Amino acid sequence: MGFLDIANVTKSYGKLEVLHRVDISIEEGEFLVLVGPSGCGKSTLLGMIAGLEGISSGNISIKGRVINGVHPSKRNIAMVFQSYALYPNMTVAQNITFGLEMHGVPKPERDKSLGDVAKLLQIDHLLDRKPGQLSGGQRQRVAMGRALVRDPDVFLFDEPLSNLDAKLRVDMRTEIKKLHEKLKTTIVYVTHDQIEAMTLSTRIAVMYKGYIQQLGTPKEIYDTPANVFVATFMGSPAMNVIPAKVVVKEGMPYAEVKDAKGEPQHLRFSQQNLTAWDGRDILLGIRPEAITDPEGADRKSNNIVPLVNDVIVTEPAGSDTFVTMSLGSKDVIARMRADTDIRAGQRFDFAVNMDKAVAFDPESEERIKP
Amino acid sequence: MSAVSQDTAVNTGRIARTFIYLLLLLFALFYLLPLYVMVVNSLKPLAEVTGGNMMALPQTWTLEAWKSAWSTAQIGVSPTGLEPYFLNSILMVVPAVVISTVIGALNGYVLTKWRFRFDTIVFGLMLFSCFIPFQIVLIPMAMVLGKLGLAGTVPGLVLVHVVYGIGFTTLYYRNYYATFPTELVRAAQIDGAGFFRIFWRILLPISGPITVVSVIWQFTNIWNDFLFGVSFGGTSQPMTAALNNLVQSSTGVKEYNVHFAGAIIAALPTLFVYIVAGRYFVRGLMAGSVKG
Repeated sequence: MGFLDIANVTKSYGKLEVLHRVDISIEEGEFLVLVGPSGCGKSTLLGMIAGLEGISSGNISIKGRVINGVHPSKRNIAMVFQSYALYPNMTVAQNITFGLEMHGVPKPERDKSLGDVAKLLQIDHLLDRKPGQLSGGQRQRVAMGRALVRDPDVFLFDEPLSNLDAKLRVDMRTEIKKLHEKLKTTIVYVTHDQIEAMTLSTRIAVMYKGYIQQLGTPKEIYDTPANVFVATFMGSPAMNVIPAKVVVKEGMPYAEVKDAKGEPQHLRFSQQNLTAWDGRDILLGIRPEAITDPEGADRKSNNIVPLVNDVIVTEPAGSDTFVTMSLGSKDVIARMRADTDIRAGQRFDFAVNMDKAVAFDPESEERIKP
Repeated sequence: MSAVSQDTAVNTGRIARTFIYLLLLLFALFYLLPLYVMVVNSLKPLAEVTGGNMMALPQTWTLEAWKSAWSTAQIGVSPTGLEPYFLNSILMVVPAVVISTVIGALNGYVLTKWRFRFDTIVFGLMLFSCFIPFQIVLIPMAMVLGKLGLAGTVPGLVLVHVVYGIGFTTLYYRNYYATFPTELVRAAQIDGAGFFRIFWRILLPISGPITVVSVIWQFTNIWNDFLFGVSFGGTSQPMTAALNNLVQSSTGVKEYNVHFAGAIIAALPTLFVYIVAGRYFVRGLMAGSVKG
């Protein structure tokens, strides 16, 4: 039994089921990120935790108390909305303390909480302003202040950074992470941005088409994605998914892929049990950073496989250089060090870190577990 | 030495614009002519009106006609002037405007922020009431008022105008609140505010512009209404009906100066409302249509 339990929860509108049997349990102080493309049901799930959406079946409980049918204000939660939802007619101070006022907290106590939160978020100087006079980042802080002041069991964030410009978004992301480190609060955070998910969370639930595709730590999600969707959704650039065939030589499984010239190349798997797939088609998943030049290869890896192939295009991005080649008649992206000497049209010696490779069943698109 | 060209966008069409403004000024003066005639003639003794030039300024300035119209003129059978009817109108208009505006605001709030099944149909039906001509409902309305015991009373008129006004006020407030993010209501719910608290503390304080629209619209419509007033007013008829009785009386001399004064008195409250709140009216009508 965790701190926040979502047990067997579904959501239907009439006959249409939009969330299917969701099971998530997190401990106190965890930072759970619900991530997925739009329409995957992540905001609906958050709304159900908040009490803004009904629960069609199953139970949601906080601290062991089932909260189905409990009014949002009595669940001891606080929410930060995408549009911030600051009350336009009230000052920042009134915005922050409105919830306390509604809960009948006496004025001196309200003022004290307000002072603490304002200091924490560095918005002391804005307390008398109206939301219309604030910048995007300041509004964001006020919205968080309004949630913090309630000292709730669970914080809910609904895409809180998506209205900010790129630079501010990165800054606020760090702020939120710092805040979580400091306050050790339990947070459920919805986003469609996989980088936010990776950087902020202690646990990620990747959602797609109303199903939880995978629930795990950022590392688990990144290194051992449950299926092709999770593999390609998480990470930027996306994981390369290459059609390949398993061949077994001297008891060792190899992935046979066709290079740019249509010649078969053999990459030895680290995952032994793939010998069972001898002669069958699979999907080979390799992260861009697992394909490098030989000098840039991971020294800790036990299985660096050389691969000679034609370079189609190079994209210098400052910190890295992205190199595109063709494998299994798909464009495959490799992530090189910035100063790698490589040009389009060149035939190049790549090094593939097969320790990091994963294999998927092409039928179900599920990962073949070791 | 070549002259610097003055041909900028500011200068082009200066003559055309002067011409247009002159034309508009002329139209405006023409439009104001009836008001001028009314004011000028209400300030003359009767002999000067009947014997002289309608457009001329008074030779003897007098407020007699105004006094007469207000307190002594013959209205129907009694020489009461317009005063009691003016009060009737006030007693009718103020509650009718307040009640219909409050109900409209609540309706708009529910129809946008507390949506329910078939709410668009409910709204459609309410809109439909805006298009029902007054004449159609006269007889059923008379029956209802009779059954309620409100026939011929000011509260009866208030009820009639409230019922008729709800369609319009609901339309105004619904469209205004539709542009208002629902997340605000969600946030307030999580903060622990209930139905009325959210309305009172969050929505109403930002409803200024649309409230002005609703109040002006309702005020002018109800104040200027003649048909309902004359049909259901009974002994407590509003201003419009009394003005008709004053002007249309078929006995005695036609006191044009008194009629003019009476007509101005009848129009004053609506004029006042427009002058005080007119610019908010336009602003409110435009609200939501243009992103600020």
